[in-house]
Amino acid sequence: METALAMVVGILIATGVYLMLARNLLRYLFGLILLSNAANLAIFTAGRLTRASPPLIPEGLQAPEVAVANPLPQALILTAIVIGFGLLAFALALIVRAYRQLGTLDADTMRVAEPETKPKRGRKRS
Amino acid sequence: MTGHRDTEDAEPRQTLIALVAPLVPAAITLLLLTQLPRVMAGEVLTFGWAWVPSLGISANFFVDGLSSLFALLISGIGVFVAIYAGSYLSGHPHLRRFYLYLLLFMIGMLGLVMAADLITLFVFWELTTISSYLLIGFNHSNSAARRSALQALLITALGGLCLLAGLILLGITADTFDLREILTLGEQVRASTLYVPILILVLLGAFTKSAQLPFHFWLPNAMAAPTPVSAYLHSATMVKAGIYLLARLHPVLAYTEAWQWTLTLVGAATAVVAAVLALRQTDLKLKLAYTTVVALGTVTMFLGAEASVAIAAAVTFILVHSFYKAALFMLVGIIDHRTGTRELDQLGGLRSAMPITCFVAAAAALSMAGFPPFLGFIGKELKYEGALAIASEPLLVAGAAVFANALMVAVAGTVVLKPFFGQRRPADIPVTEAPPGLWLGPLVLSGLGLAFGVATPLVADTLIQPAVTAILGRPEVVKMKLWHGINLPLILSLLTFTLGILVYLAQRPIRAALAAFFSRLPLSGDRAWDRLLEGLKTLAAVQTNLLQHGVMRRYLTVIFATVAAALGFVLLRAGEIPLDIDWPQLTIKEWAALALTLAGALVAATARAPLAAICALGALGVGLALIYLFFGAPDVAITQLLVETLFLVLVATTLHRLPVFSGAHNPRFRPLDALLALFVGALVTVSILAVMQTPFDATTSEYFERTAVPEAYGRNIVNVILVDFRALDTFGEIVVVFTAAIAAATLIGHRLRRKKS
Repeated sequence: METALAMVVGILIATGVYLMLARNLLRYLFGLILLSNAANLAIFTAGRLTRASPPLIPEGLQAPEVAVANPLPQALILTAIVIGFGLLAFALALIVRAYRQLGTLDADTMRVAEPETKPKRGRKRS
Repeated sequence: MTGHRDTEDAEPRQTLIALVAPLVPAAITLLLLTQLPRVMAGEVLTFGWAWVPSLGISANFFVDGLSSLFALLISGIGVFVAIYAGSYLSGHPHLRRFYLYLLLFMIGMLGLVMAADLITLFVFWELTTISSYLLIGFNHSNSAARRSALQALLITALGGLCLLAGLILLGITADTFDLREILTLGEQVRASTLYVPILILVLLGAFTKSAQLPFHFWLPNAMAAPTPVSAYLHSATMVKAGIYLLARLHPVLAYTEAWQWTLTLVGAATAVVAAVLALRQTDLKLKLAYTTVVALGTVTMFLGAEASVAIAAAVTFILVHSFYKAALFMLVGIIDHRTGTRELDQLGGLRSAMPITCFVAAAAALSMAGFPPFLGFIGKELKYEGALAIASEPLLVAGAAVFANALMVAVAGTVVLKPFFGQRRPADIPVTEAPPGLWLGPLVLSGLGLAFGVATPLVADTLIQPAVTAILGRPEVVKMKLWHGINLPLILSLLTFTLGILVYLAQRPIRAALAAFFSRLPLSGDRAWDRLLEGLKTLAAVQTNLLQHGVMRRYLTVIFATVAAALGFVLLRAGEIPLDIDWPQLTIKEWAALALTLAGALVAATARAPLAAICALGALGVGLALIYLFFGAPDVAITQLLVETLFLVLVATTLHRLPVFSGAHNPRFRPLDALLALFVGALVTVSILAVMQTPFDATTSEYFERTAVPEAYGRNIVNVILVDFRALDTFGEIVVVFTAAIAAATLIGHRLRRKKS
C-alpha cells in the first residue's frame, strides 16, 4: 500500500508544481495547497502505514498492548496542517491585496519591485 | 559642511596638528637611528606578540639591514612630507583628516617592512593600499581624483589578492608563516612543485604595487593626489613596497632562471617604456611620475640578479631615488603652489623670484642626472658596474640602464632649466619665494644627496651594506667611491651624459614625434582599463538580467529544477535501489479514498474555472482525511477536515473580491511546465519508495508510547506529543498562525478602515 500512496504523493506534487508555474496567482495558490498536502502525505507514508488501531492507550494500561499506528508522523502532520493553513490564509490575503492594488492576478505583469526596464550599459559614475 | 563652528575653530587646531604631526615620524626616525649601530653589527631586532596562535600567525616584527633602510626612508621622508604638507595644505578644511590618512599610511608601510610573519605582512600591505586610496582621492570632490584613486585601489588590491594566495602557498610549502624561518628555507621552496605558482602570484602582487609593465598606468594617474602625497607615496614609500617585497623574498625565490628572466625583462621593459613616456609629458608632475616608474623598473631589473654588485646597485639606487624624487615632487608642488601651473610651456625664468627653490631644484636634479659629486653619480656608477657584473645578459641590462639614465638626464635638465631659466613666464603674475615650510624638506633631502655623495661611507656602512647583507644572506662589503679611475662604468657615464644632453636639446621634435606615434596606437593601458571596467559592468548587468529577471514563474522554474536536480543526484549516487513495487492490496473503500484524492488533484490542475478548482480541492481534502482515517490517524483526519472547511470558507468569502468570474482566468496547456512537474513528481515518488526500503527505526515512537501514561498522564499519544513532549513546538506553531492572522488582517483590513474614515 505504500507504493500506492507514494504514487499519489508524486501525482499531487506534479499537479501542484504545474499549477505553481502558472501566471495566474490564484492557480499558484491552488498549487501551493496541493504541494503542502503532498508533503503531509509523504511524511505520513514515510512513517510506515498500518491499518492498526489509532495510537491510543486504553484505560488501566501503562502502554498500548496491541500494535498501534506510529504517533510521531501524526504529530508532525498536525503541526504541518495548521501551519500550512496559516501560510495559505496569508497567501490568499496577499493575493487579494495585490489584486486590489495592481488590478491584476497575472504574476508576469507585477513588476513593481523589479521593473522590466533594462539597466543601462555600464552605469555612469557620478 | 558642519558650517560656522568648524571654520572658526579650525585655524588654531589646524596649526597645532601641523606642528604635532611631524613629531611622530621624527620620533620613529630617532628611535631607528639609535638602533642603527646594532643593525650594522648584524644584529636582528625583534618584537611582537602571538596573534592567532591556533593558525600559527603572530604579530611579530623584526628589523634587519633591509627593514632598517626602508623604515628609515619611510619615517625620515615622512618627517619632511608632514612639515611640507602643513604649509602646502595650510587652511585646507580637512587638514586633520589628511594627517590621519598620512600617519595611517606611514604605520602601514612601517609594519609592512618590519613584519616577520607572512600574514601580518599582508595585512599591512593592504593597509597601505587602503590608506593610499584615501590619500589619492583626498580631493574627493574631483571626479578625476576619485577615478584615479579607484583605479589605484583596484589594481593594487587585485595584486594584493594574488600576493595573499602566493604567501599562503609559500607558508604551506615552508610549513610555517614565520618569515625569518622561511628566509632560511630557500632551497626547499625552490625545489617544491608550488614554486612557480608562488613566484607568479608574488610577482603579480609586487609588480602591481610597484607599477611595473603592464600595470604602470595607475601611477601617473595617481598624480591626482595632493603633491605631498605624491612626494611621499610615489617616491620613497608605497611604490617601493613591491620592491621591498622582491628584495625581502630574494633569498627564497631568487637563484632561478624564472626569477632572473622575469625580473630582468619586466624591469628593463618598464624602465625603457616609462623613460620614453616621461619624455613625452609636458606636465612637470606627470614627467616625474614616469621617471619614478623608470626608477622602479631599474631596481626590479637589478633585483633579478644574484651578483652582489647588482644588489648593491639596486639598494643604492633605492636610497638615491628616494632623496631626489621626494625633493623634486615637493619642488614641483612649490612651483604649482606659487604660479598655479605645472605646464612646462607656461613656465620660465623663475630663478630671480624664487632663488632658494631654484637652488634646491638644481641640487636635486643634478643628483637625478647622476652628476658628481652627488649620491646619484655613485648610484649610477654602481648600476653600470652591477649591469656589467650580471653574467647572463650584461648587454641588455647595461643597454637599458644607459638608455633610461640618458632620458633621466634629459628630464632632469628639463625640470630645472625650463621653469627657472630663460624667459620669465607666467609674465603677468607676480611670483614670490615659497615659505620655509615648503622648501625646508627638499633642501634637507637634496643636501643629504650631496653630503652622502661626498662622504659615501656615511651611507655605505650604515644603510647600504647591512641591506645588501640582508638580501644576500651573507656578509657583504660594499665599496663606494666617487672616483673609480677610468673604467667601463665611467665611459658609460660619459656616454649617458652625451646622450642625455642630445635628447634634451632635441626634445621638442622628439616630443612631437612621440605624440604622433602614440596618437596612432590603438589602445593605451589606461583606456584598456576603462574598457575592462565597462565590460565588467556590462557583464554584471547581463548576468543580473538573466538571473534577477523579476518573472516569478521563471524563479519557480529554477527552484523546482534545482530540487529535481538535487533529488536526482542523490538517487543516482545511491545507485540501484531495489524497489519493491507490489500491486497494492487495498480495500475498496481505500481505493475510493485514493481515487477521490487523485480526481481532486487532477481536476484542480486542469479546471478552467477557479470555482471548479476550489471544489476539486475540497474533494481532495476529504479524500486525504479518509486516507488518514483508514490508516489509524483519526486526529489528523479531523484536523484536515476542519482546516479544509475553514479554508474553503475563507476562499469563499474572498472570492468576490477577485476576478474569478471574468475571463482573466484562462489556462492554456504548458507542455514544458508539465514535463518539469511530472519529473519532480516522479522523483519524489521514487524517493519515498527508496526511503521505504531503508530499515525503520521506531525508537522515538516507542519512547512516546512507553512514556505517554507514566510521565505525561495522557492516553492519546499524538495529543501527548503535541501538548506535552513537544509543547514548545506547538506554542511556536500557535505563534506562527497568530502572526499570519495579524498579517492577513493588516493586508485585507486596510481598506475597511479607510472606508470607515
